[in-house]
Amino acid sequence: MNIHEHQAKQILKKYGAEVPEGVFALEVDELIEKAKALKTEKYVLKAQIHAGGRGKAGGVKILNSIEELTVAAKELLGKTLVTHQTGPEGREVKRLYVEESSNIEKEFYLSCLVDRASSKIAFISSDQGGMDIEEVASSSPEKIITTKVDMDDDISESDCEKIINIYNLNENSKKQAITLIKSIYKMFVSTDANMVEVNPLILTKEEKIVCLDAKVNFDSNALFRHPEIVELRDLNEEDPTEIEASKHDLAYIKLDGSIGCMVNGAGLAMATMDIIKLYGKEPANFLDVGGGASKEKVSAALKIILSDKNVKGILINIFGGIMRCDVLAQGVVDAAKEINIGVPLVVRLAGTNFQEGKEILDNSGLELISAENLDDAAKKIVEAIK
Amino acid sequence: MSVLVNKNTKVICQGFTGAHGTFHSEQAIKYGTNIVGGVTPKKGGQKHLDRPVFNSVLEAKNEVGADATMIYVPAKFAAAAIIEAIDASIELIVCITEGIPIQDMLKVRQKLSSSNSRLIGPNCPGIITPDECKIGIMPGSIHKRGSVGIVSRSGTLTYEAVAQTTENGLGQSTCIGIGGDPINGTNFIDCLDLFLNDDETESILMIGEIGGTAEEEAADFIKNHKIKKPIVGFIAGITAPPGRRMGHAGAIISGGKGGAEDKIKKMEECGIIVAKSPSIIGKTLFNKLSN
Repeated sequence: MNIHEHQAKQILKKYGAEVPEGVFALEVDELIEKAKALKTEKYVLKAQIHAGGRGKAGGVKILNSIEELTVAAKELLGKTLVTHQTGPEGREVKRLYVEESSNIEKEFYLSCLVDRASSKIAFISSDQGGMDIEEVASSSPEKIITTKVDMDDDISESDCEKIINIYNLNENSKKQAITLIKSIYKMFVSTDANMVEVNPLILTKEEKIVCLDAKVNFDSNALFRHPEIVELRDLNEEDPTEIEASKHDLAYIKLDGSIGCMVNGAGLAMATMDIIKLYGKEPANFLDVGGGASKEKVSAALKIILSDKNVKGILINIFGGIMRCDVLAQGVVDAAKEINIGVPLVVRLAGTNFQEGKEILDNSGLELISAENLDDAAKKIVEAIK
Repeated sequence: MSVLVNKNTKVICQGFTGAHGTFHSEQAIKYGTNIVGGVTPKKGGQKHLDRPVFNSVLEAKNEVGADATMIYVPAKFAAAAIIEAIDASIELIVCITEGIPIQDMLKVRQKLSSSNSRLIGPNCPGIITPDECKIGIMPGSIHKRGSVGIVSRSGTLTYEAVAQTTENGLGQSTCIGIGGDPINGTNFIDCLDLFLNDDETESILMIGEIGGTAEEEAADFIKNHKIKKPIVGFIAGITAPPGRRMGHAGAIISGGKGGAEDKIKKMEECGIIVAKSPSIIGKTLFNKLSN
């Protein structure tokens, strides 16, 4: 689960990290009122969307007065920002954040994440702050260091020193940086974060180590023990269809193609998308109905697929393990009675109770195309929508 | 020989009396698996499915001598269940549960590294040696005893590959689902090593997907291994968009890494034949063996 920058900074602050003072609001008037309380020469206005690359897209502005801030805020709120992370459709700005300006001496990069390969927590640090870290990684990998640390209650002093070594700081700043690493580590393990990224981390002219930007992502599987984090979820930043799908415990991701897919199991769902592509068409979505899908779930899944107007045909591919094909078939039949499917439907059933499932479909009077195997199913759906 | 499990493996079930534990223990017993009992805290002393219920894994190990455990405990409690099994020195721990917090798994991994236990999963279909031992949720009926060792990150996609090798008569020695989570117990390399050293396994299917670099590391391992066997692979997710988690917690292309093309390229460089379509995995292997 992603959160906004201003929320991330509040959490960092709670764990002892230094962040600029800031205020946020959903409306300009409220924002300006709050901003008046900031003790600063210049105001930094930042669009709050769940995507990086805001600066280049015009989502970050430095203003000299409250008047300038007001004009800029009015312009930014409601604007659609297109960054390399939003996709071409962009993201509408629905909340704004203003913070005090900082006197930057140096910029660094810092992040903390779970390293899959080593099953440890990894800190990534670089003296190339404020840049896209992936670009740094490919152009000058020697400027990035990765420090792997064990999962524990605290991080050791020596690990902290390894992480910040690349920043080349004086004694005073070094102490602050070590404190910051400890804070971030504490926050990471206490909140079940997947990633904490501070880019840039800065050294100010006043010799302070400050988190100038912050991006935090949490493990959705651990949210059950963090109700305070669940409250930070901003549904405005998520696709409405995907929210609807998550209510039914369906893993659904909208894509740009024309063939809707309903599959059980994530791997098979991806493979089904891939085989559609092999036959020259594009999948409209990823959808995993899960292992023990009920009739209701299957019906909800069909409705969600059909809510995408680009869908010209649907491929249902089920390899029954825990999922029984007869339950799936009944779900399809029930859903077809409630909603007008209206596009060609190819069904491939295999595994547990596939015969019973086929019989239910054959006797339902539904217009559908039955497929023998995965290859046959892909061919038939591509043919059917021509 | 098969790998890791056979008809002599004594299996217990954690979460034995729950809905999933009951259903899958019943299925396993029907398949012929040697299920010797189960664990449900506070229900020790009872009988369930005609087998004894114990309060703890250690008690089960002491009483009935379990070699392996299958875990059907809800995600919130699953890491504790795995750690309990490690503490009881169970050799093989198979965790089916999906949705375990990733930091819980980091703790499990730390615990595993100083133990003699092996963990398969979590978030996996389990392990099966056809006609002998089924520990997991896979449909037993699609399997056929034979010569292909199968290792996979996916559940139903494995069934697809299994069914294809059953249809073309090759059959399977052992099938291992290593799971779709970013942090798991046994990885591709562990399973490949077992299969390469197993006499009954004449060829190997390796089914991966986007996310992480486990396939690339496995490809390097195969290239450098002194034992050579025909290996066919498949990678799911060539159409997956970057930055999105495709159902499995581990299936995500992040920071430009973990894409299907890179994995396929690396696997081919290391001598693995990668099937272009999920429908020809079995056929690709069959053709390779016929040449």
